[in-house]
Formats: sequence, structure tokens, C-alpha cells
Amino acid sequence: MSLSPDDVKRIARLARIEISDVEAQATQAQLNSIFDLIAAMQAVDTSGVGPMAHAQEVHQRLRDDAVTETDRHAAFQAIAPAVENGLYLVPKVIE
Amino acid sequence: MKWETVIGLEVHTQLATQSKIFSGSSTAFGAAPNTHASAVDIALPGVLPVLNKGAVECAIKFGLAIGATLNRVNVFDRKNYFYPDLPKGYQISQLAKPIVEGGALKIVVDGEEKTIHLTRAHMEEDAGKSLHEDFHGMTGIDLNRAGTPLLEIVSEPEMRSSAEAVAYARALHTLVTWIGICDGNMQEGSFRVDANVSVRPLGQAEFGTRREIKNLNSFRFLQQAIDYEVRWQIETLEDGGRIEQATVLFDPDSGETRMMRSKEDAHDYRYFPDPDLLPVKLGEDWIEAVRAALPELPAAMQARFQSGYGVSAYDAAVLTGSRALADYFEAVAKACGQGKLAANWVMGELSAALNKAELDIAASPVTAAQLGALIVRIQDGTLSGKLAKQVFEGLWEGAGEVDAIIDARGLRQMSDSGELEKIVDEVLAANPKSVEEFRSGKEKAFNALVGQVMKASRGKANPAQVNELLKAKLQN
Repeated sequence: MSLSPDDVKRIARLARIEISDVEAQATQAQLNSIFDLIAAMQAVDTSGVGPMAHAQEVHQRLRDDAVTETDRHAAFQAIAPAVENGLYLVPKVIE
Repeated sequence: MKWETVIGLEVHTQLATQSKIFSGSSTAFGAAPNTHASAVDIALPGVLPVLNKGAVECAIKFGLAIGATLNRVNVFDRKNYFYPDLPKGYQISQLAKPIVEGGALKIVVDGEEKTIHLTRAHMEEDAGKSLHEDFHGMTGIDLNRAGTPLLEIVSEPEMRSSAEAVAYARALHTLVTWIGICDGNMQEGSFRVDANVSVRPLGQAEFGTRREIKNLNSFRFLQQAIDYEVRWQIETLEDGGRIEQATVLFDPDSGETRMMRSKEDAHDYRYFPDPDLLPVKLGEDWIEAVRAALPELPAAMQARFQSGYGVSAYDAAVLTGSRALADYFEAVAKACGQGKLAANWVMGELSAALNKAELDIAASPVTAAQLGALIVRIQDGTLSGKLAKQVFEGLWEGAGEVDAIIDARGLRQMSDSGELEKIVDEVLAANPKSVEEFRSGKEKAFNALVGQVMKASRGKANPAQVNELLKAKLQN
């Protein structure tokens, strides 16, 4: 599988990364070489091997259900670009 | 052409934990903006999620309650999209390995029982809230809700009408509140429903193209939105149009659904396993401990009410509408030993009074013990049904216990047969016309005489006794 220039631009748009045509070309070549690596791995016979979600045989530690955080919104909002009535203000979004 | 409706539901339930799924912030509703949003919730750089054991336990409870498969190892994934109320740029969810798979829920529509199968239920975090009122042309963001634990419960597309969809949503609502994993408060968004709706010619095997109605927060809106959507899809197809896959919103004011985004704009979420979280392992000890602590479930209780207290299937379903109601009924039934009569009083007089006063069963001024004592007095002949209603009013007003109210208000049914006989004789003497009519074959005249006796006794005569005595006297 190899990516077209349109694929690269679509991925960039989904990730909200602005790229020029020149950058897109370079990225396309890099991404395609990653796909070559994936293709090589997919060629390995994995029959009998279960899928794994993590490289090590370890599991998630759990936290007891208790409130441990305090209200620190004033400190957090001191570095926000725009704040009003405790709300963070962002450019208008309407879906 | 005959059309068939196909509906599947996705329900987001907020889990009733104290703290968020990946941080120690409070999940309490209604706090001042951003006061329950920690560094993890607002996604400051370098923070890491730590999974809440309580949220996982809620999911285990649910899986056990619907007879599902619990994935002993389940995995969190990142669902990537950009929206300001999701500051990380991705939502932590579960895609390939959710905690719960399969299971089923029984519903009853028009007296017919039907089993709805579930596809899956997975844990994820809620997003914050966007406030679009005017902030100088900007949008206000409150991240208090960000990171609240959700269980997204997905059904198979097995419902065939809006009535079935509502019955399923109600059964699910009863179950999640019953087992205590969700407060069920729909106004506060604790239980939100998305409906996938399509239509197909009756008999066709393939599904039609579906549209998804987002974020329905009442059972009435769920019904209205599906009914509108089904009519719209059938009209579109009958006019020669095509249905395009889309996400739509329901507008309660107009009663219509309108397009939010088409398939072309559909999100490409680029899911992948979250490297910040390890696979979650559910030990058998943990699962068995949760199973042992589960309350008796609605379906089991319905069966027990029918066999143990002799109530009908319908009554059993109504009485298990909530755990508080079921517990109340059972306490009444045990106190009086009369299941059917207890069911009638709980579903009749008591429910009517609660509805009128807009009170929940938990806030009933009449306790289960009092209602049980009242039914005992009906059963032993102290009270007629009519007098019992007067005693019930007394209980409701807080006038004291059953026997005290009976004595204070003189509501005891007449038990002295001599006294009753005297009244019957007086009524017969005063109504020769009715007596004559009855003797000439007019059955109606008898009822008139019973009425007269009851009136003369000021409602305190035992109607069965009156009937008996009158018949005996008239046949002489």
C-alpha cells in the first residue's frame, strides 16, 4: 500500500497540520517508507499469536474512587488567552 | 408498499462515581465553571491518566446484570478529533476490546415480550460543555464535565417501532439506576440516547441506509424523533429519493429532525490503543465479589412477585419500575400478607396521591408499614373499601396510625348485627314501594335498598352483610 498526495493532505487536515506541497511530497515519501515497514511486518506468520495492546505483559493500575483534586482554576486560567465568568473563551464554534 | 422500521440505540450513561474516570476531580453536577477541572481534565502537557476503579466496577456490574461477556482484558483507545470541549484533541474510549460484549434485555410492548440483544458496552470519558451564548463572538468552554466516566451501551438493530425503542430505553434506564451505576437524571444529561433509524420494504433482508439522531434526553423526544424520522424517510423513498447516511439533530420545538453532518463530513477518528494506559485486567475474584454484591434484578423480582404474591405479569412489571417502588410494595405485601390487595393499593390509591402531589415513592407520607396495617383492617372486616380510603387520607395527612384514625374518626365498619338489623328493618318499612317492586321481580329495586341501608349507616355497614340480611328479610 502506498499513499497518494491527496491522502497525505487529508491526514494533515485531520491532524490540523498546515503543510506546503513540497512538504507534502517529502512527507509522502517518509510515510510510504513506514508503510513498507508495516508491510514487512504483516508478512510475518503470526498464526497462533494473540493480538496484544502493549509490548509488556503488564496491566493497568487502578485508583480508588475518591476526590483528590482541589479547585485550581484561577491558576490554570492565569495563562489562558481569554477567560470570562470562569469560562475559557475560544473562537466561535457551531456545529 | 409496506415498510419496516429498524432501530438500534446507543445510550451514554454517566457512571455514578465520586471522581472522574482518569483524574481525582469531582463529578458533581452544577459546580461553578471549571472548578472541577484538574490539570488532567484540561489536558495540560505532561499529565497522565490514572484509571478509576469505581468506574470499572460499574461496567462489571452492568455486564453481569445483562448476562454479557466481560472481557477479562480490555483496552482503551484514542478517538481523535478536534473540538474545544475536548482539550486533548482525542477522547479516551474503547474500540476493539470493550469491557462488555453481548448480553440482552427483555422488553414488553402491548403485552408481547421481546428480547433485545446488546452489541457491547464500553468505558469512555465525557467531553466538556460549549456555551454558544454571546461572549463577544466567542464560545465559552466549561470543562467540569470533561473526564466524567461514561458507559456507552450499544444495542443490536433489533427494535421495529418507536414504542419498542422507548420500551428498551426505559428498561435500560430502570436497570442502570436499579444496580446503582447511574443516577438516571435525564435533565442533567446522565442518560443520553442516540437512535440509528432506517426503513426497508417489508420482507427485504438487507437494512436500509440509516440516519443517526443524536442526543435525545427524554423518552418523549425519543418517540417523537423516531416517528418523525421514519415518516420522513418513507416519504423521501416513496417520492423516488434516496436516503444518504447522515447524523441529524432533533428539534423539540418543531418536532423535526435536521441534518447535522453528512457522511462526507463524517469524522475519521483514527483510533489507536492509548499508549498512556495499559490493558485493563479483570480478576475472577473481583468479578465474583461484584456479582455477590449485586441486588436482585428487576426480571428476577418480577418473576418472584408473580409466583410469591400472585400479582399479574403487568402489575409485576409496573411494581419493579424502580427499586424504591419494588421495595415499598414488598414491605406492604409482607406486612399484610395480601399480595394482590397490596399491589392494587400501591398502584392505585398511593400512586395517584403521589402523582398528584408530585412526590417520589421514597418521599411518600404514608409508610409501607402503615399501608400494610390499613390492608389488614380491610381484610379483617373492620373497614370497607370506602372507609379504607378515608383512613388512607388520614394517613396521608399525618393524622396518626391506622387504628387511631379509625377510632378518632369513627370509621369502624358496623359489626353489631343487631344494630344493622334495626337499620334494615327501618329502611324496609320506609320504602314499601321498592320492596313491592323487588317482590314483583325488579332486581334493580334491591340495589336501591342496599344503597338506602348504606346511607342510613353512614357508610359503616359491611356491604356483604347488608346484602345477606336484606335478602333474608325480603324472602320472608
